[in-house]
Amino acid sequence: MNPKQADKLATGVLYTVAGIIIVILASLLGFILFQGLPHVSWHFLTSPASTFEAGGGIGIQLFNSFYLLLLAMVISVPIAIGAGIYLAEYAKKNWITDLIRTSIEILSSLPSVVVGLFGFLVFVLQFKMGFSILSGALALTVFNLPLLTRNVEDSLRQIHFTQREAGLALGLSRWETVVHVVIPEALPGIITGMILGAGRVFGEAAALIYTAGQSAPALDFTNWNPLNIASPLNIFRPAETLAVHIWKINSEGIQPDAAAVSAGASAVLILAVLLFNLVARYAGNRLYKKMTAS
Amino acid sequence: MDPIREAMLKRSRSAKLERRGRLISLFCIGLIVVIVAGIFYFVASKGLATFFSDGVNLWDFLTHSVWSPGVKDAHGSPQVGALPMIVGSFGVTFLSAIIATPFAVGAAVFMTEISPKVGRKILQPVIELLVGIPSVVYGFIGLSVVVPFIRSIFGGTGFGILAGTFVLFVMILPTVTSMAVDALRAVPSHYRSASLALGATRWQTTWRVVLRAATPGILTGIVFGMARAFGEALAVQMVIGNAALLPNNLVSPASTLTSVLTSGIGNTVMGSLENNALWSLALLLLLMSLFFNIMIRWIGKKGELK
Amino acid sequence: MKKWLNLVLILAAGLMLTACGAQSQGESITAVGSSALQPLVEAAAEQYQTDHLGVFINVQGGGTGTGLSQVQSGAVAIGNSDLFAEEKPGIQASQLVDHQVAVVGITPIVNKGVGVDNVSMADLRRIFTGEVTNWKQIGGKNQPIVVVNRAQGSGTRATFEHWVLNGRQAVPAQEQDSTGMVRSIVGSTPGAISYVAFSYVDKTVRELKVDQVAPTDKNVTTNTWKIWAYEHMYTKGQPKGLTKAFLNYILDAKTQDKLVRKMGYIPVTDMLVRRDATGKVIK
Repeated sequence: MNPKQADKLATGVLYTVAGIIIVILASLLGFILFQGLPHVSWHFLTSPASTFEAGGGIGIQLFNSFYLLLLAMVISVPIAIGAGIYLAEYAKKNWITDLIRTSIEILSSLPSVVVGLFGFLVFVLQFKMGFSILSGALALTVFNLPLLTRNVEDSLRQIHFTQREAGLALGLSRWETVVHVVIPEALPGIITGMILGAGRVFGEAAALIYTAGQSAPALDFTNWNPLNIASPLNIFRPAETLAVHIWKINSEGIQPDAAAVSAGASAVLILAVLLFNLVARYAGNRLYKKMTAS
Repeated sequence: MDPIREAMLKRSRSAKLERRGRLISLFCIGLIVVIVAGIFYFVASKGLATFFSDGVNLWDFLTHSVWSPGVKDAHGSPQVGALPMIVGSFGVTFLSAIIATPFAVGAAVFMTEISPKVGRKILQPVIELLVGIPSVVYGFIGLSVVVPFIRSIFGGTGFGILAGTFVLFVMILPTVTSMAVDALRAVPSHYRSASLALGATRWQTTWRVVLRAATPGILTGIVFGMARAFGEALAVQMVIGNAALLPNNLVSPASTLTSVLTSGIGNTVMGSLENNALWSLALLLLLMSLFFNIMIRWIGKKGELK
Repeated sequence: MKKWLNLVLILAAGLMLTACGAQSQGESITAVGSSALQPLVEAAAEQYQTDHLGVFINVQGGGTGTGLSQVQSGAVAIGNSDLFAEEKPGIQASQLVDHQVAVVGITPIVNKGVGVDNVSMADLRRIFTGEVTNWKQIGGKNQPIVVVNRAQGSGTRATFEHWVLNGRQAVPAQEQDSTGMVRSIVGSTPGAISYVAFSYVDKTVRELKVDQVAPTDKNVTTNTWKIWAYEHMYTKGQPKGLTKAFLNYILDAKTQDKLVRKMGYIPVTDMLVRRDATGKVIK
């Protein structure tokens, strides 16, 4: 077989592989949407869940998911960026750095229930935060940091060293070079990582069962005082997210329409992730254009 | 003192900023180290209690195959043999990584080298979407599609390592693919140009240059995929059968460390032997992923482009 | 970039600060534990809160073990449990006060295709200890039996094994930690058998009679159907204040008759017999 034929063959194989993946993914998404969308209605999206009767919605859970995601991201992204900068720019190449890197990677294989229990014992009980959004957000931070940090580090490393040299040659300090030259250039990679992290946060249940809790008390959407317990903004209220809700009704739900609620909630979850991805990508592109010369 | 001299002797604004920036980033990494150390300590202190305060023999723990911490055996020592779970975890993790790697790398090559447009517009968003599907949903699809499918082909109940592998394959595919894509994109374009200029075909360029240059990044992706497979509990638990038995074959019920851990932890009382034994599983999980990590790193060093 | 970072930091700090002052809002208690009891307590808490404004009752799952260990350590006010605290190793039952709020009956369920609808207690035991492995041995179709167990340490499993296995050890088999998963696995796997609380039986599975006794609430109240257990809410020491008021609300005859029944539990007020922690019947 000559190189030309090999090239043709390989291209064909790759097309097939890509095709198979698209088919698998598309049928998976199709399955979930097809099963779930018929149950989705305005009422379903806005009304609170019911504990044992039919006709419950997912309004509060949907809000909780987004709010928790926002909080978890606000806490974890700056830390991940800082740590990623350290690992990529400042860390010396020695065994301590290697040790840190390895332990971060190992942390990411920890089953989320362990992170959840850690959060339960440390945040909920030790720090007396109770079953709350804050505990949940901190647990998710622990859960998300390894992947995010690793991702930031990789994205920064991929920036060509000439960019850094150019920055330094202009008389910028290393930090200024990183902040003004390297990070803007690495932004698309960082954003991909954030989106993946956000997806995990959306879909995570086990880490939240013991921290953010699995009850969604009624919220008063006219009360925006973050100190009030019924306010949606309060970070000390227990908050069941959509994924936890799906888990809960599948495990011990006694609603007669549990299967339908679960299917509908899964479809909504996917659409929410989709929406989030689109918005994040759009915002990321805008930011990238604004911060770089391209 | 004249102003110029003063300005030269004082730290410049830049230098101050540099110091501050360095401190911030050091603080962040310090925080992560503290968290990591905290979790390690937390898991280790509970996990080691099984051996130190409850007097379980470490060797028995690793090699015995009866898992029933609440029941004592004939010699009065608790039955905590983790071998079936170790085998199960290794089985599903390795198999799913082996299946997922060619698909993920293939898709990544397709997205970066062959058809970046389709890749960016269709594949990438879909892949990112998949990460957000909760594992319960994967589990239910596995239960309603994969398990009956395996049952109709191989007989038996359909629950087992094979079903777990299929579900995990789909679950880790997005992680591995997107990290492989990042690795391939990071290969400088002049590598490709140089290779093409030498008269290499696209495939030769991809195979001999781009993939070689991206190997460490792809390996990291695989490690993360395996880590996710290793730590995944809910979905696997539903399709693998979750029976603490040594699997006879790929379609007989088995269990993984995480599935046993997750299903039992809420039912045990903290500080009791049953609870500690589950933490020992978590510790084992950490040690095993350490092992994976070192192994992959080692392979990566061997395959690195010099 | 830096501005953005600073903004985020300020925002986070602000949230933390506002948060610190936030906890002193009304009276609140937390109940943690058994996921089987959770829906009932949650619904009761919801009703109680609509009647008593400014009161907040936080109900969480987490499992019987978590409930008992947290109430024992004093971290939560109420620990929900499917079991008597005496039955759980590692718990000092003497410190805890038991409040039995409901009764659940547990019934064997099978896949619809097994061709059996009644089983003797002895055969049931032989199925779960692994002596009988095919449905035709006990008069069903020629189909291997697939045993699906609950997770070790689960309250439902402890109750089932107490009344069915008579102290013998169950055959190692599939284990699932939630009723919903057990039900869907039994519903979709030919030859499968497991056990769930009465209220979870639906049309995807079939319940079995044991020794010709049907699994009904009425048979539980007279102890004709043996496999049942109390749902407990434990407090550390005698309950006070809101905890006491809430427990009284659940035990109130009206709540028992309306809510408890409606949610598929058996009200304790219906029971014609009582059992103690060892399972002995006391009239």
